[in-house]
Amino acid sequence: MRGLALLAPVALLAAGPALADGNLPPAPFAYRQLDDPAQEAKAKALMETLRCLVCQSQSIADSDAPIAGDMRSEVRIRIARGEEPEAIRSWLIQRYGDYVTYKPRLDRLTWPLFALPGLVLVAALAGFARRIRRKDTA
Amino acid sequence: MSTLAAPRWTLWLPLALFCLFVALVVLGLITPKNTDIASKMVGKPMPAFDLRPAADGRPGLATRDLQGGHARLVNIFASWCLPCRVEAPVLGELARQGVEINGIAIRDRKEDLAGYLAANGNPYARIGADDVSAVQLAIGSSGVPETFVIDPAGVIRYQHIGEIRPEQVPMILDKLREADRSGAGR
Repeated sequence: MRGLALLAPVALLAAGPALADGNLPPAPFAYRQLDDPAQEAKAKALMETLRCLVCQSQSIADSDAPIAGDMRSEVRIRIARGEEPEAIRSWLIQRYGDYVTYKPRLDRLTWPLFALPGLVLVAALAGFARRIRRKDTA
Repeated sequence: MSTLAAPRWTLWLPLALFCLFVALVVLGLITPKNTDIASKMVGKPMPAFDLRPAADGRPGLATRDLQGGHARLVNIFASWCLPCRVEAPVLGELARQGVEINGIAIRDRKEDLAGYLAANGNPYARIGADDVSAVQLAIGSSGVPETFVIDPAGVIRYQHIGEIRPEQVPMILDKLREADRSGAGR
């Protein structure tokens, strides 16, 4: 009887529901590379710039979350099918928004980020030129 | 030298910039963190899919099942998802009020799901098995549970992230009525 009581917690553990993120085997290409090294390189480069949905500061290449594995599998299958990486990125952006990509896009909201360094450079050069000219005339 | 002197007000510029910076940091600190990722598929038709049945006694789920008649719910869930257990009675209540609820079970095993449905009730008209999150990715869902309102034309009208709480039942019913109206004209 005592032996049984000791075993009770073990039995509970075994009977308890699976509370991980499921216990299905991972998606076919979650942890398997593509056979063609050129395609795998393309897929890898893309996966490193796609953001994991549940582990928000990792790329899907970095993450062991099941949904990141499913996304890697999706990316590899599409690359193997001959889809362009940027087409896959836009497919995901259409669903999750800019959130899902680590590679910033140039659009109505982000153009100042790209334009500002150029503007600052032009302003600095203009100021510099003015100074030099003044020194010359002085 | 005097020609090169900056105007007097520029003396305050560094302080102003610093205050702006502090304001930005404070704003970032007091804004509550929101990690929800809203689906951009709201307003677009449900993508094409055809999922095998995930449980005995319920058919699988395909895009064509989500068209015609009336607005309905698609609930993304899993037996391994704890908040889904919390949500189960609320879905049961919605089903009792005549709402059609279709389930998509994410990365689930048949026996786990059977146990889950036996323990928490089965409000689902159909349950499709999404073993590799394919449909979940296609509709822009990033976790479980999530619930989508689909209008009679098969267009996604609303995404609810996280479990539906009892006090949110009237809101969901409102969204269904709204979807019924917007999908009826097609």
